Amino acid sequence: MTSYLKEIFTDSGNVSLIIIRFFTNILKAPFEVKELIRQCYLLGYKALPLVGITGFIMGLVLTLQSRPTMVKFGAEAWLPCMVALSLIKEVSPIITALICAGKISSGIGAELGCMKVTEQIDAMEVSAINPFKYLVITRILATTLMIPLLVVFADFIGILGGFVGMNIHSDISLFRYLNKILESLTFLDILPATIKTFFFGFFIGMIGCYKGFTAANGTESVGKAANSAVVAASLTIFVIDMMAVQLTDILFKS
Amino acid sequence: MIYNQTQLPASISYQFEIEVNDLHKSFGKNNDILKGVTFRVKAGENLVMLGKSGSGKSITIKCLVGLITADKGCLKVFDIDITKLDYNQLNKIKLRVGFLFQNSALYDSMSVRENLEFPLRRHSTYLSDTEVENAVTEVLKSVGLLDAIDKMPSELSGGMRKRVGLARTLILKPEIILYDEPTTGLDPITSKEISELILSIQKKNKTTSIIITHDMNCARLTSDRIVILKDGVIYLEGTYTELKQSENEWVRSFFE
Repeated sequence: MTSYLKEIFTDSGNVSLIIIRFFTNILKAPFEVKELIRQCYLLGYKALPLVGITGFIMGLVLTLQSRPTMVKFGAEAWLPCMVALSLIKEVSPIITALICAGKISSGIGAELGCMKVTEQIDAMEVSAINPFKYLVITRILATTLMIPLLVVFADFIGILGGFVGMNIHSDISLFRYLNKILESLTFLDILPATIKTFFFGFFIGMIGCYKGFTAANGTESVGKAANSAVVAASLTIFVIDMMAVQLTDILFKS
Repeated sequence: MIYNQTQLPASISYQFEIEVNDLHKSFGKNNDILKGVTFRVKAGENLVMLGKSGSGKSITIKCLVGLITADKGCLKVFDIDITKLDYNQLNKIKLRVGFLFQNSALYDSMSVRENLEFPLRRHSTYLSDTEVENAVTEVLKSVGLLDAIDKMPSELSGGMRKRVGLARTLILKPEIILYDEPTTGLDPITSKEISELILSIQKKNKTTSIIITHDMNCARLTSDRIVILKDGVIYLEGTYTELKQSENEWVRSFFE
């Protein structure tokens, strides 16, 4: 128990140090712009198909499963609004973030863990290149920028999935479907949900980098780094979501 | 062409490029690895470091480039005590010290060309693309691997990886090169080729070297002087011939 607590406190301390180091180094030259763009492509663009398929299925399934209840209450006309609100406020951000925690955070953890074990990070150090700037800052920035974009993409595809779901049992034009959604959406529905995705992205990248960077020497630790990155990132996403929803509730109660 | 901008003032001169005095390092309680290592390396000298596995040879040279922080002791490189330097000052020293890792530590995600360009583009930003290309070509020629310029590290053999690792070290024109078991895992012919390459580089560039090895052919070919590490201290030092003829059976066992 004592060692478990010690581990938790050590991890929390180290994560805090990485966050501080990130913000103190981010504006200092040299800027690894090329690597940042490469990471945005690898971490963001490459995740598009996965996020798209998941978003479409979530929209379709949400529509099909909500329909009977909505019909029972005579509120079928509100189905597009309900699906869109659910997707934008909760389903898309959380599902996309969890998928990215599995795909991106574990990928970063394994890649950096492998680089640590094979002394590639040490090789950067001895060449007087700051591996934190090149490897960590670029990845955290890339996930912080890309996750919100992936969530917006998942929102659109999810809404399209909802349109397909609507048309299985009834007949509604795309224009009318979108019109219904846009009528019901307000700026305050979109803003808090989008802001929290930046935090999701930041922590997905940061946890992956932390787990990879602190991997012990040995191939076994690479697997552990990848695995623990997914677990920690997923848990963190839920905690951030809970805090974000409560904060939104307090701030925009009226 | 000199790619290193960091030079000491001309007035400073020193007899020893590397001075290690009373170096201590332990990992946890009751696990003292280095217990007062002391040695010096003259400019242009090739020092071979021998010792059993786990005796702390790699730790000693990793302390010299700041990869591992020493617990106690004075580590002078170019007459500057690196234990008292901050991160940026230490980086300036690192630019003048090359390090060849045991497994070469090539960047897996980059081609040979990108591996070589990586440090050069970051430290010699004033170079044009053509100059960078010329530097890469020149250094690859010097290790005899120009054909592999566009290959990925996974496509290279063990010997080729060592050569590329060496080329990456050489591209910043270091004045000191630290070799961590440069011939380990290679066949005798390739080992000899790498040893000869180390020697030719030392002669051509007048570099100072510390070579950690278990390969006695490599030690014979490259060493000006040999130090043997035992029980966390320098146990014995001498030339290859002197140590080979030592009366100490343990020392002689390295040469058998």
